[in-house]
Amino acid sequence: MMDALGQFLAMGGYARFVWPAYGLAALVLWGMAAQSYRAWRRQRSLWAAIDATRPQRRR
Amino acid sequence: MQRFANPGRFMRLSERLMPWCAAGAAVGLGAGLYLALFVAPPDYQQGEAVRIMFVHVPAAWMASFVYAFLALASAVALIWRHPLADIAAQAAAPLGAGFTLLCLVTGSLWGEPMWGTWWVWDARLTSVLVLFFLYVGYIALVNGFDDPTRGARAGAVLALVGVVNLPIIKFSVDWWNTLHQPASVFRMGGPTIDRSMLVPLLVMAAAFMLYFAALLMLRMRTAIVAIRVRAARLGEAEALAEPRTRPAAGTVT
Repeated sequence: MMDALGQFLAMGGYARFVWPAYGLAALVLWGMAAQSYRAWRRQRSLWAAIDATRPQRRR
Repeated sequence: MQRFANPGRFMRLSERLMPWCAAGAAVGLGAGLYLALFVAPPDYQQGEAVRIMFVHVPAAWMASFVYAFLALASAVALIWRHPLADIAAQAAAPLGAGFTLLCLVTGSLWGEPMWGTWWVWDARLTSVLVLFFLYVGYIALVNGFDDPTRGARAGAVLALVGVVNLPIIKFSVDWWNTLHQPASVFRMGGPTIDRSMLVPLLVMAAAFMLYFAALLMLRMRTAIVAIRVRAARLGEAEALAEPRTRPAAGTVT
C-alpha cells in the first residue's frame, strides 16, 4: 500500500517536474477564483450599505 | 446578442447561469484530475512526465481563446460603444494572463526533463510570451488613465492590434522549425493522440472553459455593481452639494 503510494508520488522519477506543474495549476486557479470572489463580496457589501441608507428607493 | 447585452438582463441571466458553470467546472476539474493522474497511461517515450500535458495544453488553449474573446469584446466596445463589452474585456484579461502564465511555466517544467532546457527562443514559446505581455500591457493601459473610458478605448485598440499574434501562435509550429511539437488535436486529418490521453485532455479542457465562464460572469457582475456603487455615491455627493437647486433629470441648463 505504502509502496504503491510512494511509486505514485515518484511519478517515474519526474516528481520534481509533475508536482510543481499541478501545484502551480492549483495555485493559479484557486488564486484567480479567490481574488474574484473577494472583489465581488466587497462591492456587494458596499452596495448593500448604500441601499440601506435609502430605504425609500427600490434598488 | 444585443438582447443579452443589457446590464440588468445580464445580471439576471448570469445569476442563474453562474452556479451551473461553477459546479460543472468543479466536477470537471475533479474528474479531469482523476483521469489525468490515475487513468491515463504513461507515455512510451515521456513516461509519467506526459501528465504535465493535461494542465499545460488546456491552459494554452484557454490563453489563446481568452485573448480571442478579449479582442472580440474590444471590437464590439469600439464599434458599438456597448458598456458591457468593455466590462467583459476587462473582466477576461487577468484570467487570460493567468492561463498564459500557467501555460508558460508548466511548459518549462515539461521542457527541462524532455528537451533538456527550461526555455528556448523558438517561435511557439516566444509568441506565447508575447501573448502574456499583451495581456499585461492591456491591463496596465486600461488602468493607466485617470479617465476610465479613455483607458478602455486605448486598451481595446491594443487588444485588436495584438490579435495578429493569435495565428502566429497557432501556426508557428508549422511555419518555423520549432523545438515545440506541432498540433496533435486540432489538426487536419483528426487528432494523432490516443483516446486514452485525448479523453482526459478534453475533460480537463472543458473544465477550464467552464471555470473561465463562471469567473468571467462573477467578475462582470462585480464590475457592474461597482459602477452602480460609484454612480450612487456621485449622486449623493451632488445632492449634498446642492440639495434644492439640482435640476430635474433631462432639464437643459
